Amino acid sequence: MLKVKKLYKHFGGVKAVDGCSFEVEKGAIVALIGPNGAGKTTVFNLITGFIEPDKGKVLLYNKDITGMAPYRISKEGVSRTFQIIRLFPKMTVLENMMLSMQNVYENFWLSMLPLKQKKLHEAKMVNDALELLKFVDLEGKKNALAGNLSYGQQKLLEMAKALASEPELLLLDEPASGVNPTMLKKITNLLKELKKKGKTILFVEHNMDFVMKIADKVVVMDGGEEIAEGPPKKIQKNKRVLDAYLGKVIKIKRRKKK
Amino acid sequence: MLEFFASNYALNLLILICIYVILSVSLNLIIGYSGMLNLGHAAFFGIGAYASALLALAGYPYWICFIAAVFFAGLGGAMIAYPSLKLRGDYLAIATLGFGEIARAVMKNWVSLTRGPLGLPGIPKISFFGLTLTTKFQFFIFALIIAILVVLFVSKIVKSPFGRVLRAIREDEIAAQAIGKNIKKYKVIVVITGAACAGIAGSLFAHHITFIDPTTFTLMETILIVCMVVLGGVASIRGSVIGATILVLLPEPLRFLGLPTSMAAALRVMIYAALLILLMIYKPNGIFGEWRFRHAKSKEAL
Ligand SMILES: Nc1ncnc2c1ncn2[C@@H]1O[C@H](COP(=O)(O)OP(=O)(O)O)[C@@H](O)[C@H]1O
Ligand SMILES: [Mg+2]
Repeated sequence: MLKVKKLYKHFGGVKAVDGCSFEVEKGAIVALIGPNGAGKTTVFNLITGFIEPDKGKVLLYNKDITGMAPYRISKEGVSRTFQIIRLFPKMTVLENMMLSMQNVYENFWLSMLPLKQKKLHEAKMVNDALELLKFVDLEGKKNALAGNLSYGQQKLLEMAKALASEPELLLLDEPASGVNPTMLKKITNLLKELKKKGKTILFVEHNMDFVMKIADKVVVMDGGEEIAEGPPKKIQKNKRVLDAYLGKVIKIKRRKKK
Repeated sequence: MLEFFASNYALNLLILICIYVILSVSLNLIIGYSGMLNLGHAAFFGIGAYASALLALAGYPYWICFIAAVFFAGLGGAMIAYPSLKLRGDYLAIATLGFGEIARAVMKNWVSLTRGPLGLPGIPKISFFGLTLTTKFQFFIFALIIAILVVLFVSKIVKSPFGRVLRAIREDEIAAQAIGKNIKKYKVIVVITGAACAGIAGSLFAHHITFIDPTTFTLMETILIVCMVVLGGVASIRGSVIGATILVLLPEPLRFLGLPTSMAAALRVMIYAALLILLMIYKPNGIFGEWRFRHAKSKEAL
């Protein structure tokens, strides 16, 4: 459903993404791994329109979404989280959730009119939001300010928010990084649950245990391009991948570039 | 006491308070809810005043003058909103400041339309549906109703689902885009709405004073309105109401000192400056503000 084709993005001399191609099949959970600086987050930003590629294409259901504004790509059904958490910290957990949902009454004129349907829709959104919050175990925090949640809870909320828009494709940038073991277990279970529901997910993660448990397919990036792709078991034994993680490949490549 | 409030002096002040409440609330909508430090608000005020005055002098009924004031000020808002979407922070402030100066230059130099520095005297009294506002008291009631409607309108915007998106945009533009909000559209709507409201204030002002010239709609005027917003608290509607009231009343005691006009004017500005400094030291969020003004961030690292 998602095809990334020969994407390039250079920042001055830094070849952040350098001819990266891969595919995410519908209903699959794909892990994007690679050493720090491999260009994973930049690929996410290219897919979601926050950065325009120098070259290459992003196709969603064969529709070219390259260079579309981020809000339009979101409306096409791509939802994401950020490596560094991005919530609306001074708004409540519930408000954070409701903002992610489809709401025609956010239109200026409609939102000014005293419509009965508007109230009904708000109530429905609250209901749906609470259901999702229950799913991530945050319903007790619905009236707390998002900024007052613990780090792990904020990660969960960001995921719940991304789910609230009922996306076709969910992109998670390091969903399990920096959380304690209990929270890690919670997030692992959450993703397994989403997998059961048949969601399509592309995620970046360094925790190999986590990747092995959840991914159907692993795409390995290094130096801005994909260097390997396959089922987790095979990737684990791939020589180039092991080298990349041990740092040999990167170091040699970096030296060559200079 | 009652006599005092019925005096022309007091009524003039009350009418001015109504006008400045509209100006500060509408500027707060722009500053507090779109994150734009707009230094051209007096231009929207002026455009509304001129549109209303010119049509009234040409013999049009007041409701047409009123609509024109809203329309042309809103148009001014659109003119500044679209080109400045790409700008932020200090650049945006300078661009809006430039717009304000251009608007004032047009008022001053388009002599065939505006009579330039001579100004427009003899702006007729407001009348609609066969009712003419002849006394100051009647005018005050009218201004009060309009001011209340504007305050209710802006409060409604802020509390609606539309306003919820505005608050989200103010907190994090990138996160708002990631959940499908067209932040440019929201910002443009907010600026046009704020500008249109300032146009209403302009119409009231023109028909209240019955004479307008370009010297009213200066950067100094914008700064005064910005002070009202900051004093009350950015993104606080009731803050803007209080801020406007305080700053309209504050320099009044000076009148009774019998100073020469030039000195009184300078002293007024000094009082505003001193108040702002005190505010920055002791209450940087303003009286009711939970927010300190900051430029909307969006280009920070993803
Ligand atoms: N906006 C930017 N400007 C300049 N360089 C950037 C920018 N974003 C990323 N980079 C650089 O691109 C490279 C890839 O970064 P990133 O995509 O964040 O890697 P990863 O997420 O795989 O750790 C890094 O060297 C990083 O410093
Ligand atoms: Mg990253």
